[in-house]
Amino acid sequence: MSENIKVLIAKPGLDGHDRGAKVIARGLKEAGMEVVYTGLRQTTEQIVRAAVQEDVDVIGLSILSGAHSHLFPEIMKKLKDNGKDDVLVIAGGIIPDDDHAELKDLGIKGIFKPGTPINEIVEFIHQELDVA
Amino acid sequence: MADLEKGFQEWKENKLDKTVNNYGERKDEFKTGSNRPVKALYSPLDLEDIDYLDDINFPGQFPYTRGVYPTMYRSRLWTMRQYAGFGTAKETNERFRYLLDHGQTGLSVAFDLPTQIGYDSDHEMSKGEVGRVGVAIDTLADMETLFDQIPLDKVSTSMTINAPASVLLAMYIAVAEKQGVEKEKLSGTIQNDILKEYIARGTYIFPPEPSLRLITDIFEYCSQELPSWNTISISGYHIREAGSDAVQELAFTIADGIEYVESALSIGMDVDSFAPRLSFFFNGQMDFLEEVAKFRAARRLWAEIMKERFGAEKAKSCMLRFHTQTAGAALTAQQPQNNIVRVAIQALAAVLGGTQSLHTNSFDEALGLPTEEAAKIALRTQHIIAEESGVADTIDPLAGSYYIESMTDKLVDEAREYLDEIEELGGMAEAIKAGYVQREIQESAYQEQKAVESGEKVVVGVNKYKEDSKEIGDILKVDPNLEKDQCQQLAEIRSDRDSDKTEKHLKDIRNAAINDENLMYPILDAVRDYVSIGEICQVLREEFGEYEAKIF
Repeated sequence: MSENIKVLIAKPGLDGHDRGAKVIARGLKEAGMEVVYTGLRQTTEQIVRAAVQEDVDVIGLSILSGAHSHLFPEIMKKLKDNGKDDVLVIAGGIIPDDDHAELKDLGIKGIFKPGTPINEIVEFIHQELDVA
Repeated sequence: MADLEKGFQEWKENKLDKTVNNYGERKDEFKTGSNRPVKALYSPLDLEDIDYLDDINFPGQFPYTRGVYPTMYRSRLWTMRQYAGFGTAKETNERFRYLLDHGQTGLSVAFDLPTQIGYDSDHEMSKGEVGRVGVAIDTLADMETLFDQIPLDKVSTSMTINAPASVLLAMYIAVAEKQGVEKEKLSGTIQNDILKEYIARGTYIFPPEPSLRLITDIFEYCSQELPSWNTISISGYHIREAGSDAVQELAFTIADGIEYVESALSIGMDVDSFAPRLSFFFNGQMDFLEEVAKFRAARRLWAEIMKERFGAEKAKSCMLRFHTQTAGAALTAQQPQNNIVRVAIQALAAVLGGTQSLHTNSFDEALGLPTEEAAKIALRTQHIIAEESGVADTIDPLAGSYYIESMTDKLVDEAREYLDEIEELGGMAEAIKAGYVQREIQESAYQEQKAVESGEKVVVGVNKYKEDSKEIGDILKVDPNLEKDQCQQLAEIRSDRDSDKTEKHLKDIRNAAINDENLMYPILDAVRDYVSIGEICQVLREEFGEYEAKIF
């Protein structure tokens, strides 16, 4: 179940919109997961470092600025360089459909749009981590 | 009144309660978009505590509940001001001229995130962000391109810029100088509202004290040099987007306003020398009637505070003039065309609430940057309200509605309760430092999410009337080479400049920062010589330090 799942919710880049990130962080917490929220303006290094230090199972990247196509590949590469590529990476925010395929190829497993119920994300995490 | 009371009780017992007992109602509880209870019926009984002349009055008269001007839209419609900006200054200039050709009446500039946070395009933190959510501006050269062939004495321009507002305002003045336009003729607005950046929007640079000082420097400079410029746009918009309800939007915005007035008074300014140029910015959300009441309540509340608390004597110091943008957070990624209807309802509320200018969102903005076609529909929505609906032909037509007047009055009261609480915490800057405001907003945001997920709050296409997703095809794309080109241009400007002059300008800015002199003057001198926003902000970062947000 959720009790043993640790999640990092991260805001990469300069984007200041964190309503969604905070709502998801609280929702996952209430679903029983342990959640760490990075706060705004995190560099890709800071995010990867936090993921390694906190030894998280899931990273949720929230971005609404359009910089995902630059920042996400960097994050995925640095996770790999740090031996942390076993982590489940998901993303949410304003990410145009046309970009989804490219991001999924990088290894980002789920991309959630505005309006996604928190439960759907919880179930997705359970499924991917293979917990019942 | 006694007859009325009796009549009402009879109606309630004999008609209403009986019918409800037999047939029930659609919901157990009716609530506004902000979770305030809604009764089945409002009547003159709900207006007993309201005095028409004291609390409502005629338009253009204190407390301006019915509007700040005596004629409102019968003389002149609101300014149709679509927020736009993406990519390079050249592309944005083309979009501006397109919008002006299609009947837009004012400009509104969106800057990219590096510009908003005071980084040049070639800064490490700018990577991937250049030209994404707005136009990239590094030096005066970009600003010259942005306003190419747009006469600055003929348009009014709003700039969504906060932490480095002085720098962008200085660049705008410098462009005007080059066009041969006198400063007195410049009209427009800078957002310049740092407090809501800490609470809700996130593009802060410096800590609160030096930030407030930069703001009062602008107040002072403009009161002497730029008489028609709106020196600040005190913004509830982003507070609402971050998840607040209508009362919180109202209360926190007014509380921010109070803090700015206090700051200006603390440097010895006379309230009537700057208060007439304060402007506001609100959100247009979905609960139509509550929103109309909110706008009316905002005017009354501000007028009362300016007069009672700050002793303002000029009528203009008490007039709350505001811009409205329809709610980005109400746009759905699902069945996106439905957003056209949502925007129309929100825009109508803003107009019936007496807004001075309006931005209508494009229906595709939950998916990405708006296309030209979507932006045009958004603008046409305003044209249809203005020219076809008839609502602009008489002033404040919803006044006198028992529901609207009662709600306007209640919103004023409820906002005042919040203001008292903030006062007890030591004012808005302190309340923000303590995380009080952020926590209040986060709680509302989370409760709203839960209400949507439980179905208690219906969002068409999201939790009711759902369809398998059908995507709309077009989203505006930003050219991936743009960042490289922008950095190259900046490098060329740097190498063409006189570097001694640049150093001298930066030293002057540093000295003014240290010696508490008005920063507008050395910043204006610097931008004229193409010193960049990043260079100027770096000096200020060194002197002022950077704000570190706590997580609440």
